[in-house]
Amino acid sequence: MDTGREQAVLTVDGVDALFAALRDQGYRVVGPTLRDQAIVYDDISGAADLPRGWTDEQDGGHYRLTRRDDDALFGYVVGPHSWKQFLHPPRQRLWSARREDGGTEVTAEVTPPGRFAFIGVRACELNAIAIQDRVFLGGPFADPHYQARREDAFFVAVNCGQAGGTCFCASMKTGPKVEAGFDLALTEILDDGGSRFLVEIGSDAGRDVLVSLPKTAATEQDRSVASEIVARTTRSMGREMPDGDIRELLLANLEHSRWDDVAERCLTCGNCTMVCPTCFCTTVEDASDLAGVETSRERRWDSCFTMDFSYIHGGSVRTSARSRYRQWMTHKLATWIDQFGSSGCVGCGRCITWCPVGIDITEEVRAIRGGG
Amino acid sequence: MLQVASPDPMVPQVMRIVTRRKDAPDVFTLRLEPEGDDLPAFAPGQFNMLTAFGVGESAISVSGDPAKGDGIVHTIRTVGAVSRALAGLRKGDTLGLRGPFGVGWPMEALEGKDVVLLAGGIGLAPLRPVIYRLLAERDRFGEVAILYGTRSPGDILYLRELESWRRRLDIDLLVTVDHAADDWHGHVGVVTTLLPRVAFDPENTVALLCGPEIMMRFGVQALGNAGVPDEAIYVSMERNMKCAIGLCGHCQFSPVFICKDGPVFRYDRIRYHLALKEL
Ligand SMILES: Cc1cc2nc3c(=O)[nH]c(=O)nc-3n(C[C@H](O)[C@H](O)[C@H](O)COP(=O)(O)OP(=O)(O)OC[C@H]3O[C@@H](n4cnc5c(N)ncnc54)[C@H](O)[C@@H]3O)c2cc1C
Ligand code: SF4
Ligand code: SF4
Repeated sequence: MDTGREQAVLTVDGVDALFAALRDQGYRVVGPTLRDQAIVYDDISGAADLPRGWTDEQDGGHYRLTRRDDDALFGYVVGPHSWKQFLHPPRQRLWSARREDGGTEVTAEVTPPGRFAFIGVRACELNAIAIQDRVFLGGPFADPHYQARREDAFFVAVNCGQAGGTCFCASMKTGPKVEAGFDLALTEILDDGGSRFLVEIGSDAGRDVLVSLPKTAATEQDRSVASEIVARTTRSMGREMPDGDIRELLLANLEHSRWDDVAERCLTCGNCTMVCPTCFCTTVEDASDLAGVETSRERRWDSCFTMDFSYIHGGSVRTSARSRYRQWMTHKLATWIDQFGSSGCVGCGRCITWCPVGIDITEEVRAIRGGG
Repeated sequence: MLQVASPDPMVPQVMRIVTRRKDAPDVFTLRLEPEGDDLPAFAPGQFNMLTAFGVGESAISVSGDPAKGDGIVHTIRTVGAVSRALAGLRKGDTLGLRGPFGVGWPMEALEGKDVVLLAGGIGLAPLRPVIYRLLAERDRFGEVAILYGTRSPGDILYLRELESWRRRLDIDLLVTVDHAADDWHGHVGVVTTLLPRVAFDPENTVALLCGPEIMMRFGVQALGNAGVPDEAIYVSMERNMKCAIGLCGHCQFSPVFICKDGPVFRYDRIRYHLALKEL
């Protein structure tokens, strides 16, 4: 794989040393690990905490872990978690206030730098983070909490060695090869000798860490094997977003009968919005002690599938499931482009896998395009 | 790549209530002064997010005179938890304020034009700063017509002010109510029925509408029938808002965010979306 970037090769021990080096530099190391029969993101202390030798079977409304016949460290795709739970956590205190002597003192909540080192970040996920960067930092008002968590994050990306059953990054042009926004990128090469990792340098911070690790030089052979791995992943996508101008397609079909059809199936549970790595909507909740002296406000994830979401005095704007699914999907694939300059979907497939009834965003687009 | 977000746009500043006036059984007007820093200047049609500490936050338009430097004025109708809590506050009490936010009325577009204001209910409040400006610089505008509809005579806002404006010879001000007892001698009926009663040149008019969405739909239609083109009509939109800075997602109206791209929109730019149900 010749990317013009400098490369080296790490062993499994070398990857372990990478995590230790990051921890020594004061990073909070977070990566994939096994919990409750799913691969989730949490604090990890070494390569031993990774879901080594496991893979995931994914389909519409279906997720199951199975054993691989090798010891791959990164032999699976993405699970129910995404990095947004660290950068844009489900609950965030915004401020607290205290009433005293007839006045009120408001104290802003200050979020300290996150100093995260994220391990095993996939191409779709780097693109999702770039999208949330534009949402939270690109407008006239930036979110200081996101900024503090995001600012000095270190990304150890991974080129996917296989695609999942609901993946469609290739058709969204967001993967499977990581292109930008990482400090180090790994490609796991599996052969009789076990795993080794072709490492690409993406930043000066990445180089500084890598030079301190035990490593060997990358050979021409390593590069070509790694290229073939990415090419194979590209060919094995479980899903595909239809090509063409999807924004125009959806906006021209806001009254299409397919919205009624999907409304018959959609439970408006909001799972898709919770697992989506780009969905950013929030609501706020105020709290108060009994005397009303100490008060505070918290922001928490919200979903456009709830009735409250569009409530204005007198009733909700979007009462039907049809209008709420339409809002979600047209926002993701169409109006997001007007608002933030890119699609809001990176083709990670989470919304398909974690939808209890297996509604498939690519299939819905196909149905609308088909004119049915 | 990262810009500094300071001061935190989600943190309210503390304001003190200097006066509180009851306008109608369920409407009151507060004048607020900052406890600390001065307020940034606001434009007619912009709004603030007001916090009743411990209860929540609501979007409330500025209803005072931008030219007067005597605090920030808000007129609020009691409809639910937050507005009820704000209604319970008295002179000297504190509340939280973030703002001003949004794109307001197109004051430059009014210059040299006949101006028609169509207000329904509490919708008069966000238009009052426009009225102050029109009256203060009366020579810069053509005919000025203010048409205001509300539920009943007891719900009429700013009664004394309206009376003084009504007596002016250089503007038309008409009020109508949905229903009234026999002692009401004014108009009864929806606000659009007042339109034929005032003078304006439809080809040289700009109309500003604020009120319930249904009233604005009919208003736009009536103005269209009178010959005012859609590009000369502006409406102030309402959607649920939790942040007012484009980050909470609630106020999306297809491609736009009502909070930062609006709340005031030129009608032809949202006509297509307004025609769709549940968007
Ligand atoms: C740009 C803008 C300007 C406004 N200006 C004024 C004004 O000058 N005076 C005035 O009395 N009212 C105004 N409103 C309406 C006002 O925001 C709501 O009446 C108020 O939020 C209701 O809150 P509540 O908790 O009292 O009522 P509830 O009915 O209990 O509302 C619960 C929550 O729903 C949301 N909500 C309910 N109604 C509305 C609404 N109409 N618009 C937006 N969010 C809503 C709020 O988040 C509120 O906290 C304005 C709304 C917008 C969007
Ligand atoms: S819409 Fe679905 S496939 Fe697209 S980024 Fe969100 S969860 Fe992933
Ligand atoms: S599409 Fe699926 S996951 Fe999303 S709200 Fe509907 S039922 Fe839930």
